[in-house]
Amino acid sequence: MNREPRGWMIFSALVALFLSVLPLPHWLEIVRPAFLVLAVLYFSITAPRAGGIGLGFFAGLAIDVFQGSVLGQHALALSLVTYIVVREHQIIRSKPALQQSLIVFFALLAYEFVSFAIDGWTGHPITNPLRWVHTLTGALIWPLVIALLERGHSPR
Amino acid sequence: MAFGVSANRSLASRGPSPGFRFALYAILSVTLMFLDQRGEWLRDVRYVLQAAAYPIQLAVSSPSAAWRWMSESMQTRDALRAENERLRARQRQLEIRTLRYDALARENAELRGLRDALPPVAEKWLVAEVVNVQPNSLRQSVLLNRGTRNGVFKSQAVLDDFGLVGQTTHVGPWSAEVILITDTEHELPVEIERTGLRTIAAGTGTGLALPYLPANADVKPGDLLITSGLGGVFPQGYPVARVTAVQRDAVQPLAQVRAQPLAHLDRMREVMLVWFRDDHPAAPGSTSGADLPAGNPHVQPQVAPPKPKPSTPPVDSEKASGTPGGVPAKPASTAPAKGGTAQKPSGASEPGRASGGTGAESGRAPESGASGAESGRAPASSGTASETSGAPASGNTAPRPNGSAPADNARKPNAGSGPSATTPGGAPTPSAPSAEPATPRPSAPGSEPSGAAGLSAATTRGAQR
Repeated sequence: MNREPRGWMIFSALVALFLSVLPLPHWLEIVRPAFLVLAVLYFSITAPRAGGIGLGFFAGLAIDVFQGSVLGQHALALSLVTYIVVREHQIIRSKPALQQSLIVFFALLAYEFVSFAIDGWTGHPITNPLRWVHTLTGALIWPLVIALLERGHSPR
Repeated sequence: MAFGVSANRSLASRGPSPGFRFALYAILSVTLMFLDQRGEWLRDVRYVLQAAAYPIQLAVSSPSAAWRWMSESMQTRDALRAENERLRARQRQLEIRTLRYDALARENAELRGLRDALPPVAEKWLVAEVVNVQPNSLRQSVLLNRGTRNGVFKSQAVLDDFGLVGQTTHVGPWSAEVILITDTEHELPVEIERTGLRTIAAGTGTGLALPYLPANADVKPGDLLITSGLGGVFPQGYPVARVTAVQRDAVQPLAQVRAQPLAHLDRMREVMLVWFRDDHPAAPGSTSGADLPAGNPHVQPQVAPPKPKPSTPPVDSEKASGTPGGVPAKPASTAPAKGGTAQKPSGASEPGRASGGTGAESGRAPESGASGAESGRAPASSGTASETSGAPASGNTAPRPNGSAPADNARKPNAGSGPSATTPGGAPTPSAPSAEPATPRPSAPGSEPSGAAGLSAATTRGAQR
């Protein structure tokens, strides 16, 4: 049992936050994966005790602040997804990368669905189908995310 | 599976279980959302968070800012000189226009019988830089580098050199978020400059649409949309967009109108925040709508000016008094303004007011002479005002002095306005049920049974066309 990669976790979460608020041209923005969510998912799977649901909550809160959405919207969505992933992290970790990508895809779908539902309940529905695109690109770059984030610590 | 359970147990031994923690955070999130939605309780928290986020937003946008600075400082002398030349020419042009504008404003003021010319409605301008385009491309908003420290407030109008840009939503100490008029959540009351037709322009994500115009509305490509001054955020008379496409479907009661904003929303770097004189007749009413005094007595000699919208009565009464049927129509002409103000909380998304507006204007749509069009307007506006007691009576009497033919004129547009008030997707409008009974009233003297069958009337008329 190695030490928890807390510093690395915070650092990569910050970098992911930067990446996800970086101004990009419109078409790139649509396909931009939710980097912060991916980073949170990664650490929930490989080091569930380092961040856990708290990491998900605060990362979601940061997304709320930067996107100007209702405070707590992405926080709730991301803590829910983190909770599920932390619970099942042993199973997910044992899967090959391709299946992990699939799981991540569903996690991202769940995340986007919760925030979509909250959008609707708070009276700002965005029914644009483009909002779902990032779930796909996020799942596609998942192997890359693993490869990158593994360098900072040595997961068991 | 047993593996996962044992993992849970080991986690639980180190502190609260994940389930418990999740429940805690979920409750926290829901509370946050509730507080944020419910009003101003979280305003200070948001303010602090926005201040904390600003450095990161600045840092993130610094590469593009650096690139811009580089490319600007690398410009050649010739390019600079050419630009200088162009700007000078433009300035001269604008100065000449301003001279003419001053003369016109003076003349207008004299015509209205004012003792002194009105000062411009904009009291103060502040140039702000666009720091960051919001990361979420589905919401159209930008971040400005001015905040409460510069006096910026929530729901402040933002313009660029070409037209309306949007309004501020969240204001931090040094930054402010601006929702663009093309955002799908944004709607603003506009007026078609050519006809004076009032309606609502809704953002579509890429442009604007006028979703509440009946199929027979007088609108065509190239029409300029200006702010109507209703809604309490934007002052009257600023350019918003140009109509690009009008589509009329024979079976649709509503026209499909698209418009392109005049402001360069996709490539603007500097915008202007505007403060308006509250006591100016063209100023937007205060957001609460109730605390504005009776207005400038020099500007509006009418009795009982509507509260937040001092701009509408002068315009309306001028039109009304210009016609033979002006005197009886006068009380009715102030009534729509009243009906409009009664249901205009905060400008955005009130289809009820929109349908009232289109109803009132659709009466003017048929080009049938001044008096006919005038009287057509009066009963239609009584339809919008029928929630306010007393107004229908005056609206009813208005068309009579003009004979039966104008009354007939008045009826047709109302048949058109029937579906416009009732059908937009079953929109939950408070005025829809009250506008419905208003339709048969002006049409009673006529022969054609309309009213509840307004939809079928409109469709047959559409088929005839």
